[in-house]
Formats: sequence, structure tokens, C-alpha cells
Amino acid sequence: MTQMTMIQAITDAMRTELRRDDNVLVFGEDVAKNGGVFRATEGLYDEFGEDRVFDTPLAESGIAGLALGLALQQFRPVMEIQFFGFVFEAMDGIASQLARLRYRSGGHYHAPVTIRSPFGGGVKTPELHADNLEGLFAQCPGLKVVIPSNPYDAKGMLIAAIRDNDPVLFLEHMKLYRSFREEVPKEAYTVELGKANIVREGSSLTLITYGAMVRTALKAAEQLQKEGIECEIIDLRTISPLDTETIVTSIRKTNRAVVVQEAQKQAGIAAQVIAEINDRALLHLEAPVGRVSAPDSVFPFASAENVWLPNEKDIIEQVKATVNF
Amino acid sequence: MDLPGNDSGRIENFFPTLRILDTQGHVINEQAKPEMSNDELKELMRRMVYTRVWDQRALKLNRQGRLGFYAPVAGQEASMLASEFVMDQEDWLLPSYRDIPQLVWHGLPLYKAFLYSRGHFEGGQYPEELKAVMPQIIIAAQCTQAAGIALGLKKREKKQVAFCYFGDGATSQGDFYEGMNFAGAYRAPAIFICQNNRFAISVPVEKQTAAASLAQKAVAAGIRGIQVDGMDPLAVYAAAQKAREHAIAGDGPTLIEALTYRYGPHTMAGDDPTRYRTDELTGEWEKRDPLIRFRFYLERLGLWSQEDEEQTAEQARADVDEALKQADRVSKQKVTDLLGFMFEKPTQNIQEQLDAYSAREGDQR
Repeated sequence: MTQMTMIQAITDAMRTELRRDDNVLVFGEDVAKNGGVFRATEGLYDEFGEDRVFDTPLAESGIAGLALGLALQQFRPVMEIQFFGFVFEAMDGIASQLARLRYRSGGHYHAPVTIRSPFGGGVKTPELHADNLEGLFAQCPGLKVVIPSNPYDAKGMLIAAIRDNDPVLFLEHMKLYRSFREEVPKEAYTVELGKANIVREGSSLTLITYGAMVRTALKAAEQLQKEGIECEIIDLRTISPLDTETIVTSIRKTNRAVVVQEAQKQAGIAAQVIAEINDRALLHLEAPVGRVSAPDSVFPFASAENVWLPNEKDIIEQVKATVNF
Repeated sequence: MDLPGNDSGRIENFFPTLRILDTQGHVINEQAKPEMSNDELKELMRRMVYTRVWDQRALKLNRQGRLGFYAPVAGQEASMLASEFVMDQEDWLLPSYRDIPQLVWHGLPLYKAFLYSRGHFEGGQYPEELKAVMPQIIIAAQCTQAAGIALGLKKREKKQVAFCYFGDGATSQGDFYEGMNFAGAYRAPAIFICQNNRFAISVPVEKQTAAASLAQKAVAAGIRGIQVDGMDPLAVYAAAQKAREHAIAGDGPTLIEALTYRYGPHTMAGDDPTRYRTDELTGEWEKRDPLIRFRFYLERLGLWSQEDEEQTAEQARADVDEALKQADRVSKQKVTDLLGFMFEKPTQNIQEQLDAYSAREGDQR
């Protein structure tokens, strides 16, 4: 075991897989000599060389097409989109091409591609760097969408994503990159995709969340505990497909739920989570499922992040409203 | 001194049209004539005639409702088939939705082409030995994928090439430019074949760009570009062969612009070309028909006869009938089939739906 930040765990996962499988390729804008704009690929170019870790021209759609072509030559591409706000340039390449390859070939071809991309608010980035666009991709059949909230999950899930024989979108919240360290095993291990994690047990209410909001929810839960409200917190980890089993099991116990996301109310995955709960656990609910999300405006100008992003207070308020319904 | 803006320095002057056969099948450029054996010449003619007959049948079958989506190819036989003729079995083909003939001659069974037209998953289940991607509906998406396949071939140290096809309208897409530019930056063995048939549905090529040729767009990627008479099988073959040699030698990609024409509508989905094309224009291009000039050429060499023509046509009609029967015998698609192709291992939601639909399908039996 060793102490790692999330970004170190991500680098470690790529290093592990580059060593294990010669077919793994890492590429994107500035990922080679530069080691990535966040140092996520630091040292990989030196260890594995230009043939395995390489820079691309500045064109996201080209990068996605490149990944599909390389996949058809039995490579295992790990492509990077520098900031997830730039993904619209590669929307066709990801949603219409990579995600559909297995289906449109009747299983003859497949795309074992991992798409890594940073996103998320709280670090005052310029325009279109931090937007929470995971909801768009959760709506694409053929794609798995994962968002780790801590170093341990990040390494295990990235290894699982790279080994997965279908395309996986691996979203890395920028605020979590270096905000804390955690014990991470040195050896290879996987965290199963599609499986949520109960990060805090409780009996009063289930908080369902993912990404940076997991830490925010944990802090809110500590406050709420003082008032006798015990939150059970589910870190979804994979937002598509949803682990409905874990969600429903928890709600059967707590009978109340609040879904927390950083994305705008009309975006993200909260609405889908609520619909699944209504379908599967309506008779176990003592109150409507609440939701905490951002306002339905464009992602805020940097200096307005503090008033815009959902925070502990928002969670505490919503939890109390749901408990006192 | 040639300054930009001087006519002598205009970029299109660097992209003259390569022609080898005139419309009467006379060799007008002996020097550029590719080396092809008599058997090869005959086989290329056979494929062109066969494809013309199959195209005519496909139009009828579409009207009868026995085929679905179909993009006519008559007129483009030279640009499609003479370029495909250059391909090695192990070369990769990335076609657009119109490039079904190249797929078939590269090894796709005809009945699978018909299943693709009808919209059946078996149309995409390619034989193991066929190196090709399914026809691309998103215009120019195949260009960036071709760059990826070509880079893959290079990394695998294979002496193979990716052949990527698209039309004139596609050259306005970002992916066209990105694909060429990526392949150029990686010196990857790709050949980008633009079949300029002058129209993207109803929009004439003059409305796509102010560029006087499409071949010159290669300049933006720093790669070779060549414009050929796309109604001339020998010119298309010569250009593609040269491009393949360059690619295999590690000398990077080439853009080939083949000047061609489609005699039929854009697709069979209700397009009416009389709305945007004159009979005069079509008549003009009919005089340049690749079959006519190649027939003249081969007849003069004593390599082609009326009998060869009839036998080929008969064979094509028989094969189409047989392929149609084969396509008819394929089982209907079930929702469980479709769900089963989504992932290697069904996810939680897919498994639930598989269970639900297999129960429903069980009831229907």
C-alpha cells in the first residue's frame, strides 16, 4: 500500500496496464513528453516510448476516429479528451461510432476503448472546461460511464475500464485530482464497473451521489448526524449502467432518498435515478425522492462558482425537507 | 516570380486531370498506362459490367420493396472498381453508404449486402477474412477511422493499406480534413478516394467550395493529391496503384479525386434528380460512360466480345436472384438479438430487458 492522490492512482493504473498488455496505447493532446496538462500521463512516455504513448494533432473528432481504427487493429486505446467540455467535437466519434461498433457489426467487431477526460467545478477553470456533461453519455446505448470519487476507486476502475472489451467513458473530477491522499495498493486490482459502493451506512435516508459530491455529501452527513439524522451514502461510481440493486436495497431499509449531483437539474443522471426508484421501490418510500442539483443555467463564470455549485448546505436542507415531509 | 493570386501560381494548376483512355477507348497517355495482364483487364471489365447489371436489378428490387436503403452506383464503376482492383486481400476498406460494390468485390457475400440494404444485423456480420468496416452513414466519419486503421497497420508493421471512400460533399466535413491531416502527421498508409460525382444530393460541387479541384485539398494536410478521370478505369487504377506503392513504402497517404457521375438518383428514398440536374448534363456524362470506353479498348485488343458481355450479365442476374433467396432465408431479428450485441457481457439493465423480451418472444413461439 502507498499513499496516492487520485491523479497518481490514475497514472499508476495506466502504467500497470501499459506494462501488462502491449496492445494498450495512450494518446491525446499533450499526453506524451509533456505528461498531460494535469500530469496524468507523467513518466509514461519515458517508460514506454513514442510507439505506446503519443501526442495527436489538436482535433478531438480525429482522436476518437483514431481510437476506433486502432481498435480494429486489435489495439486497446486509452484516448484522452483534454477537457470534457470539448467532447462535442467528438460526439459522433464516441456516441455514433465507438458505442455502436459491436452492435452494428452484429458482434463481429468491438471497441475496447477507454475515453479519459477531466471535468468538474470548484477550481475556477475558464469557459467549457468544467461542465458536467455525463448525462449526455449516460443516454448513449453501448457506452459505460464511470466517475470515481477517490484514489482507490480511480485506480481499480480505470484498470477495469481498460480491460473492458467495450467502450468506457472515464470521467475524472478536477477538484478531486489532488485534494486528498488515500491508501492505494501497489499491485493491479479492479473495481467492478456497474457496481455502486455504500460509503457510509445509515438508517434515516439514502443519499445517492457520485463524483465530487460524494465528499460533500459525507460532510453534510456529519452535520446531520449531530441532529440525529443518519444518512446512508451510495457512491454510484458507474452512472451508466445504474446499479439499481444497491439503490433499492438501501431504500428498502431507509425509506427515504435524495439524489445529489453537481450537474444542472435538467442534466446529469438524477432524474433517471429517481425514475428507477419510483419504478422499483415506490411502496417503500415515506416521501418523494428529493434532489440536489445545480441551477439550469450555463456553467457559471469562474467567480460565480461558489454561489452556483451545489454544496453541503443545499444537501442538508434537502435532507431535512425529505425527512420532515 | 509566382505570387499568390497570379494565375500561373494558382494551386489547381498543380492538379491536372490524369487521363489514359479517351471516350472512344483510345490510349492517350501511353506513359501513364498501368501494367495489367490480359486476364486482369478482362476481370476488371467483367466486374464493371456485372456491377452495372446488379445496380439496375437493385433499383427494380427496391421499387418492388424487396430491398431497402440503396444508393445507385451506375456511372461510378471505374472509380469504384478500378480502385478496389488495386487492393490486396489484406488491405482495409472503409466505404461510404454508396460503396457497396467495393465491399462485395473485396469479399462481402452479395446476400449480406442485400441484408444491409434491408436493415438486418447479419449484413454487418462480416466473414473473418474480410478486412472492411461496415458502410458509413455519417459522412466523412470513415476518414478519421481510416487514419486509425492505417496507423494500426503501420504499428503492426504490416505492408497493408487502408482505402477510404467518400463523395464530393464529404470534403466539406471536418472529419475529412482531420482524417487526412492525422494520416499525414503519422505518415500512415491510407488512401483517401473522393468520388466527385458533382452533386451531394441536390447541391452541386461549386456550392461546396470555391476550390477549383478537390484534389488540391491534400495541400492542407501536406500530403499527395491527384485528380483523375473517374470514368477512366486505367487512370483510376494507375492513380490508386501509385498511391498504394507510396503508402507501403512508408511515404504516407494520398488523396485521389476521381471525377465521375451517377446516372441514377442520390438514393432510392424518393430523390428526384430532374429537380436539380439537366438532361443535357446527364447526356454529356453518358458519353463518358466507363463501360463504353473500356469495352472499346478491350474489343480492340480482342479481349472482350458481345458473348462475354452477355455471359457476365446473365451471371450477374443469376447471382442476384440466388443472393436474394439466401437473404430471404435468414431468420427475422428479435429484440433479444439486438440486446445481445450491446456489450460483451450484458449490463444490469440489458440483462433485465433480455429476460423480459425472451419471455415475450417465448410466448410468441
